[in-house]
Amino acid sequence: MVEAIEFPHLANKYQVFGVPLTVINETTSVEGMVPESALVEALLKALSPEE
Amino acid sequence: MPLIGDREKEEVRGVFAENVSSAVKLAMFTQSFECEFCAKTRQLVEEVAALSDLVEAEVYNFVTDKPIADSYGVDKIPAIAIVGEKDYGVRFYGVPSGFEFTTLIEGVIDVSRGESGLGEATKEAVASITTPVHLQVFITPT
Repeated sequence: MVEAIEFPHLANKYQVFGVPLTVINETTSVEGMVPESALVEALLKALSPEE
Repeated sequence: MPLIGDREKEEVRGVFAENVSSAVKLAMFTQSFECEFCAKTRQLVEEVAALSDLVEAEVYNFVTDKPIADSYGVDKIPAIAIVGEKDYGVRFYGVPSGFEFTTLIEGVIDVSRGESGLGEATKEAVASITTPVHLQVFITPT
């Protein structure tokens, strides 16, 4: 968990406009409180190369 | 002046008594000249740790205890590492205030149980991952 207001440079870096924002390995982000399955999907997608 | 009110303290004490089954360490990182958020986080961690014999606060100096900070992968402060029997990699950066206070309390409970509470399908899918993954969840104190 990262408190966005206290770390504005990170909020800026990852372009946090709405919370919660989940950043996966610096590259992928998922905005909002999505269902568990959607997060898993994003996670696996972020990890699978070239897809 | 305490940050957690008496009523909330009683509530958390009860929740901990019911749900915290094994020791949890709250490793908190601050610095000598504490920023406002650092001071607040430290106080909060100390107050939370006082609510259960199984929850312990350890306060470190981000600058002079750098090797310890590095061992937890802590790169900014205020930081809290919630560590149980294992280090599950759970970190909280910033003051866990407002609704996020609940996040901290739930984090302590999950770590103590060694159980994420995720569904079976999720666990199965995540178990197939073989490389370390960095997840950062940005939140605001509402």
